[in-house]
Amino acid sequence: MRKLQYFKDRKKVRLSRSFGGTFAIFMFLVIIGVFMALPIVYSIVQSIKPLEEIFAYPPKFFVKNPTFDNYVQVYQLCQNLWVPLSRYVFNSLFISVLGTVVYVFIASMAAFPLSKHNFPGKVIISLVIVWALLFRPEVTGVAQYIIISKLNMINTYWSMLLPPLAGTFGVFLMMQFMETAIPDSLLEAARIDGAKEYRIFFSIAMPAVKPAWLTLVIFTFQSFWNATGVSYIYDESLKTLPSVLTNISSGGLARSGASSAVAVILLIPPIIIFIISQSSMTETMAHTGLK
Amino acid sequence: MPDRSKPKDKYSIPLRKQIWNSRASYILMSPFLLLFLVFVVIPIISSVFLSFTSFNMLQMPKFVGFDNYIRMFLEDDIFVKALKNTLVFAIITGPIGYIMSFFVAWLINELNRGLRWFLILVMYAPTLAGNIYYIWTYIFSGDSKGLINTFLMNLGIINDPVQWLTDSKYNVGVVLIVIVWMSLGSGFLAFVAGFNALDRSYFEAAAIDGVKNRFQELWYVTLPQMGPQLLFGAVMSISGAFAVGYANAAITGFPSSNYSTHTLLLHMLDYGTIRFEMGYASAIAVVLFGIMLLTWILIKKALSKFS
Repeated sequence: MRKLQYFKDRKKVRLSRSFGGTFAIFMFLVIIGVFMALPIVYSIVQSIKPLEEIFAYPPKFFVKNPTFDNYVQVYQLCQNLWVPLSRYVFNSLFISVLGTVVYVFIASMAAFPLSKHNFPGKVIISLVIVWALLFRPEVTGVAQYIIISKLNMINTYWSMLLPPLAGTFGVFLMMQFMETAIPDSLLEAARIDGAKEYRIFFSIAMPAVKPAWLTLVIFTFQSFWNATGVSYIYDESLKTLPSVLTNISSGGLARSGASSAVAVILLIPPIIIFIISQSSMTETMAHTGLK
Repeated sequence: MPDRSKPKDKYSIPLRKQIWNSRASYILMSPFLLLFLVFVVIPIISSVFLSFTSFNMLQMPKFVGFDNYIRMFLEDDIFVKALKNTLVFAIITGPIGYIMSFFVAWLINELNRGLRWFLILVMYAPTLAGNIYYIWTYIFSGDSKGLINTFLMNLGIINDPVQWLTDSKYNVGVVLIVIVWMSLGSGFLAFVAGFNALDRSYFEAAAIDGVKNRFQELWYVTLPQMGPQLLFGAVMSISGAFAVGYANAAITGFPSSNYSTHTLLLHMLDYGTIRFEMGYASAIAVVLFGIMLLTWILIKKALSKFS
């Protein structure tokens, strides 16, 4: 009986949750959710519409006779007008996978001393990294363009690979996480056992912050995957999938089915990666914060 | 700032020895710092220098003093328009995106687990999808085949199709909608995780102390614990809000009619990558950097009570 009373009291403690309030919240989220989801649903629907439904008047939101013609058309358009679709897919995957792996490594390597070591210059470097969060790649684009052309990297894979590797977002994320997730006593113990800092980094620090680098994989992959590299690359055979979208969607309504098909193809990999690592994501992002 | 926790390191060992002893730290950081130096620090610093020159990438930069800045504000009407548009876009979309990220994250946190994950994916999908915003051009298409036009004509609100994307009366609104649509980004995820990690016991204590509803709870219990996330979200919102431009160009064309959705970023790209007037483009970049830093300092001050 007393236990029951305790639970009743506990319930009272949480009384601030009214059913009406929860329902209102749910409805509000549904409205925002519909606004967020509709354009994406529309592009999925558009990608399986046959041509006559795309041109139908009045236009319908939903599809009557779904077809994969648009996906076939994307393949043919690329084959005939530019370079084979597989080449774009290869470029996208090559740059995204290589870029992601390298970035996760170098960002973690930089974050480890910044969060766990004491050395001259630490404070100023950490400060600069936080301030640099303000400067998105778009904003420094023109200035980067000068550097990239001086380094003769225009129209090479390098121009798409290297500049994003200099972003401070990942270093910041790893710094925040490592600070709390790696106990200092563990590092001390390893040092007493004679382990070198590089070993400590690879065999103690990295395994301890697995959720953090999984999260970083999502963000990094997503930004590499969506990058068009417009002003750096003019050779069609070096371009990536998003540039196919730009090419095709400039063709107007007749191409809207095909461009939606590219958009859907583009959407799949980041969503798969997001779903796989979503749970580690919340754990990491909880450490993200500026003090 | 001297680190007083290890006074021996700081005061009794000479600096050169300290640097040598920390070589492992520098070696670990070196790959990133080298890239950071080449692709972020040098570009930003060189923009400041180049903004006082006339530079076309072929000849050496020629020093021109404040000419670029004078030209910007006195002669270049389109720059003034771009500046005004950028401020309007940033002032509207920055706070809306920030507040929306916060409230959606807060509300999602009130729901049960399975629903929560589904909603996070739905809300974050526009950011995840990156280039999918082009679909809005079909939704707002100006002919009678556009979805919005058909819908409004069926309802009898309008009789003729509206040129949503090219009419400068409407295209700013359309771009605002699209930017808000994409504004639940990494700041949003940080908020979701922040709420997720809050200590439950504080809420129970607060309820006993007389906190009556969700809003009081938010103000007295949640916000004071969310300081770091609030700051991080603010950085991401500011950097995003002032970097508007790519979506504008994709949706309303480049340049948009009457430059109605032209922004500083687009103006900079116009001079930097099309006309190759790098000195002038750099000066525009410096103005943009300045505005962003100033906003950040102000916001940081305003949020200091939470951290």
